[in-house]
Amino acid sequence: MNAVSAALTTAAADPHGFLSPTGVEIAFLLVGLVTFGAALVTVTTRQLVHAALWLVVTLGGLAVEYLLLTAEFIAWVQVLIYVGSVVVLLLFGLMLTRAPIGRSPDADSGNRWAALTVAVAAAAALVWVVVDAFRTTWIDLDGPAAGSTQATGASLFQNWVLPFEALSVLLLAALVGAIVLSRKAKAETSSPPVNSRAATGSSPSVPDSRNHPDGRNNPVEQEGGR
Amino acid sequence: MNDALDVTLRLLIVFAVFLTFPLIIGQTEHKVMAHMQGRLGPMYAGGFHGWAQLVADGVKFAQKEDIVPAGADRRIFQLAPAVALLPYLLVLLAIPIGPGEGAVGEVIDAGVFFVLAVMGVGVLGSLMAGWASANKFSLLGGLRTAAQLLAYELPMLLTAASVAMAAGTVSIPGILDAFQWWWLPWQIVGAIVFFVAGLAELQRPPFDMPVADSEIIFGAYTEYTGLRFALFLLAEYAGIVVLCGLTTVLFLGGWHGPWGADGLGWVWTLLKTAVLAFIVIWLRVTYPRLREDQLQKLAWTLLVPLSLAQIALTGIVKVVIS
Repeated sequence: MNAVSAALTTAAADPHGFLSPTGVEIAFLLVGLVTFGAALVTVTTRQLVHAALWLVVTLGGLAVEYLLLTAEFIAWVQVLIYVGSVVVLLLFGLMLTRAPIGRSPDADSGNRWAALTVAVAAAAALVWVVVDAFRTTWIDLDGPAAGSTQATGASLFQNWVLPFEALSVLLLAALVGAIVLSRKAKAETSSPPVNSRAATGSSPSVPDSRNHPDGRNNPVEQEGGR
Repeated sequence: MNDALDVTLRLLIVFAVFLTFPLIIGQTEHKVMAHMQGRLGPMYAGGFHGWAQLVADGVKFAQKEDIVPAGADRRIFQLAPAVALLPYLLVLLAIPIGPGEGAVGEVIDAGVFFVLAVMGVGVLGSLMAGWASANKFSLLGGLRTAAQLLAYELPMLLTAASVAMAAGTVSIPGILDAFQWWWLPWQIVGAIVFFVAGLAELQRPPFDMPVADSEIIFGAYTEYTGLRFALFLLAEYAGIVVLCGLTTVLFLGGWHGPWGADGLGWVWTLLKTAVLAFIVIWLRVTYPRLREDQLQKLAWTLLVPLSLAQIALTGIVKVVIS
């Protein structure tokens, strides 16, 4: 933070020329390149856990970009939600199912060209929309932070209350849906042993262990059942 | 140039605190635990009551061979201790020790978010260590760490949000400026939930299931030796400093003291932090380890509802008094 705030005060002397090489803009560009590179490695690496860790670099790089644009609140929320929770959840899922050390030969799919096409199309559409919408908008990096917590909160709860509330209802629906789905799946997996005699002595988690590289059973379920 | 000097000085002070306070807490733990168990603890190193025991331990760790298992993922295995340790250094920057801007490493506008976000990153170090060791005990430890983090991050965030609501700001010095003595009873439930959840996030006993040495060796750190292992231990004690400091500034009023002692704010902060650190040690000696399912149950069925209730209480009181 010290380095960042120092950079903020020293940079951006002359008014906005297109890509005028001020300190912040150079830093923004460099961090952007790193972020982009990390994102590329994330989708191309053959090592699953490495992909998740490169995702940490990517999301962290995005947070730094937000910081450079003085959107401090969004930056920390980005770190908190994505790096702190989503990636941890991802790693948890990977370790629980399959997380071999070294390359996974099957970590590739025949859809890579289709995926590339969709990714390029989505990126083009997003860049076009953002450039078109904010062509004349400039952030004054010298003035008071445009993205401080106060400014973000005020605009969120004064101008954008309805989308915000709609979004929270959407998330609530997703939450309830997830609970309903998981309950249903549990009922289905536990019902066969009751009906068939062949299932005696085998735990419900055996089908999962087949997917695991080392043939380990699902450790958390074993822990929970103890 | 004066600004650069100022920044350097602050960074140096924070770094010195980062290097010394965890060791002081570690030594205190040695002695307090020993006396609670009817032992003397370290008595020889350094002469007076074994004060230099941790220095001797550090020398011992530095002499040990640094082993990376053959099957391990080398780079991630070596990187993990740094990822576990550095976030706590960053968090220390944001904790104010006294009133005014002179007594904090760096004033951060969204300080509460910064602190919680960066603390969450520290756990990634344990996950990386657990996976990269290529050891089933380590993997189990990593899994338990992840499950624990996911469960206890939520109550921590919610109770911190409750304080932020009460103060009307998410800046930590701002929260301290707004602090009144009656916040203590008002936010007491939140304070306890925050402290307990923080303990669980640090994997301190009784929440040390992920590193339970008597059943999964030492969890994610099974394969570590020498300095890298010492770095993980240092991260744990730095985590205690950070958690106690945070609880102090968010819930216990930080530099506010009962007699309004001017110029002695930093004494109050340190005193409250030390008392909390003593409680952390005390809990370790007192309570047996929680089982994995008890641990999850405590978070989801007790701490989360309590923190939600605290937020509701904060909201109601806030509306009534304004």
